Amino acid sequence: MSSYFDPLLLARAQFAFTVSFHFIFPSFSIGLASYLAVLEALWLKTGRGVYANLFRYWLKVFAVVFGMGVVSGIVMSYQFGTNWSEFSRRAGPIVGPLMAYEVMTAFFLEAGFLGVMLFGANKVGKGLHFFATCMVAVGTLISATWIISVNSWMHTPVGYAINDQGQFIPSGSWWEIVFNPSFPYRLVHTVLASYLTTAFIVGAVGAWHLLRDRSNLGSQIMFSMAMWMAVLVTPLQIMVGDQHGLNTLEHQPIKVLAMEGHYHPSPEGAPLILFGLPDSENARIRHEVSIPYLGSLILKHDPFAPLPGLTEYPREDWPPVGVVFWSFRIMVGIGLAMLGVGVWSLIARYRDRLFDHVWLHRTVVLMGPSGLVAVIAGWVTTEVGRQPFTIYGLMRTAESSSPLDAPALAASLLAFVIVYFCVFGAGVYYIFRLWANVPQRKEELPSNTPQRSAGITPATSIKSNPSNRR
Amino acid sequence: MENMDLTVMWACIIGFAVFAYVVMDGFDLGIGILFPSLKVGAERDQAMNSIAPVWDGNETWLVLGGGGLMAMFPLAFSILLPATYPLMVAMLLGLVFRGVAFEFRWRDPRHRGFWDLAFTTGSLVAALCQGMTLGAILQGVRVEENMYAGNWLDWLTPFSVLTGVSVVVGYSLLGSTWLIWKTEGEAQEHARKMALSLGVATLVALVLVSIATPFLSIEYWQKWFALPHMLFTAPVPILVALSSVVFFRGIKSGSDRIPFFMALLLFFLGFVGLGISVLPYSVPPSVTIWDAAAPRESQKFLLVGTVFIVPIILTYSAWAYWVFRGKVSDEGYH
Repeated sequence: MSSYFDPLLLARAQFAFTVSFHFIFPSFSIGLASYLAVLEALWLKTGRGVYANLFRYWLKVFAVVFGMGVVSGIVMSYQFGTNWSEFSRRAGPIVGPLMAYEVMTAFFLEAGFLGVMLFGANKVGKGLHFFATCMVAVGTLISATWIISVNSWMHTPVGYAINDQGQFIPSGSWWEIVFNPSFPYRLVHTVLASYLTTAFIVGAVGAWHLLRDRSNLGSQIMFSMAMWMAVLVTPLQIMVGDQHGLNTLEHQPIKVLAMEGHYHPSPEGAPLILFGLPDSENARIRHEVSIPYLGSLILKHDPFAPLPGLTEYPREDWPPVGVVFWSFRIMVGIGLAMLGVGVWSLIARYRDRLFDHVWLHRTVVLMGPSGLVAVIAGWVTTEVGRQPFTIYGLMRTAESSSPLDAPALAASLLAFVIVYFCVFGAGVYYIFRLWANVPQRKEELPSNTPQRSAGITPATSIKSNPSNRR
Repeated sequence: MENMDLTVMWACIIGFAVFAYVVMDGFDLGIGILFPSLKVGAERDQAMNSIAPVWDGNETWLVLGGGGLMAMFPLAFSILLPATYPLMVAMLLGLVFRGVAFEFRWRDPRHRGFWDLAFTTGSLVAALCQGMTLGAILQGVRVEENMYAGNWLDWLTPFSVLTGVSVVVGYSLLGSTWLIWKTEGEAQEHARKMALSLGVATLVALVLVSIATPFLSIEYWQKWFALPHMLFTAPVPILVALSSVVFFRGIKSGSDRIPFFMALLLFFLGFVGLGISVLPYSVPPSVTIWDAAAPRESQKFLLVGTVFIVPIILTYSAWAYWVFRGKVSDEGYH
């Protein structure tokens, strides 16, 4: 870590940058794909035009988000080889097949049916179109399952042996590898996070339009659905997060101690440190604000249970405590704020003021991006918390990188930063322009939309369009 | 011994994935490369619409090729990617620009010119990098102790520039013949004109690469020009000549589909030629496919799913093409 031109640091910065940028899109599109499937189902079931309008409204957004997810995702699949070739060589026999399964069972499914979902409304029947939408939604969930299995295995590796070339090879059952100890918790936690992220974005767009016109039916339905999601899923997510934390304490105690800021063991019950400045040099938290015994109560479900401290572990195995400590607090803080908004919306709903409570709407608009922030903060917590290892306890990050010189890495990092900010900046701008439209203008129903061109903009003139065959 | 069979099988499957990528995304990228020569307005919109519903699925074969290589030949993956590092980064960034252009050009009519330029530049850069990567593999990579041991610009040689340009030309040919199939009227006439000259250019490129390859190493020379190998390699140029004849007659007779399928056949023959040259190496001149192969447990685990899933993928991908069959019209566009 001596200079900014340390190849390892540059490789890590590049991976952190590209993966954080990438994950913004799937964490929104996983939830949005499911939401679109629900909207289309509601439309087919009730025949109410408002659902068709909402479907079309969010479909345009989905196309842009999904496209950005695809192109930033291809970068990720090649980053393993370009920047982490030693990791690829040694872990490839285990993580490679899982990722290949992700491509075969998820990426092709999403890509294959996306074309029909976006462009095929008047080329296939309603039922087939709905089927395509469902396949895209299922594809996003399958994709999450495989990639989280890979990631979880890196945190809690099982079912491996190491051969004479230092490669990790499967030693028993593949199911043991796929369903490794932290996988179920991490998967549920991530998918729920994606649903909440989408709920708060959809809710914010609905609230924004309600602030302008509280009688708009489309905005009302959007907002109401989003708030139900917040009410039902946030408490569930907090419980799952707690369980995930206990699982992490079991398998990666050092990570949890860094998250909690416990440098020293607490033999008679640990406090919960709310805030402070971790100082690893002197192994203490400066300006600590804490609640006694609450730490043990949360982590051990017993206020007087002993907890170990970081100083009992070798220092070269510590993650960067400050980053993990703070990213964890950001995530938890947002979770609690989401819970508060959910309860608030429930009260407003009970008093029949859901659609005219201006302060609630303003708060939800402000909370729009909160899901994305929480998701990134959560990933920072778990991934930085895994440092200094790529495969926890077995392979160090320093042994994982490619034999590349700093100038090559610096140049490519710069290129990624510039391109990503330009391209995805433009994309985000276009999404905001889509959101500026009031939902439920007189949009046509998917069944008789004109044959659309390569955007998702419906043509201004409706033409019944028998596709001219030869 | 059994292990050998699985390794060969996997080399074939990954070869298939790469070939599927080359022909399918090849015509997408080709259309991008030809974009500046298409008339602004209906002609460009038609070209874009002819691939908008399918490009994403086409590009996914590239992810399967890369992911499959990492899974089944981890050593080859971990050598080749650092060896071609700048090419890989440039290709990925090119694909970023190309991919978002599909959506963005419709979202923003005021900047459509910019996104069209991004579409072209992205396609051109991606195609060029893929071709140069091919050249880099053919000319051999320096390996020491299971790691890439060269410098970060070793891949840049006259030969790799030649293969890079050849792939750009070949993809353009695929793009133009695809447009012959999917468009009508003036746009189709224009595509025919382009396909004619691109067909000639592709054949020239094929010949140049074929002449240059045996000079790279004595091993290639022996494979192509020494008996008994020659008995296996001789049919390739003969078939190339035959399919060229059919291609040009298809252009002349105004056929919709023959040019496209003959261009595919040319690509297939070129691909077979490359396979003959490179195999049994995964990273010439020192790492064979068996050196690089993943352990048997990994090979078996992935094979079980692949045998089942790839046919399903091919089925619904074909269905998606079928849904959007026929000529693209520019009715209802704006």
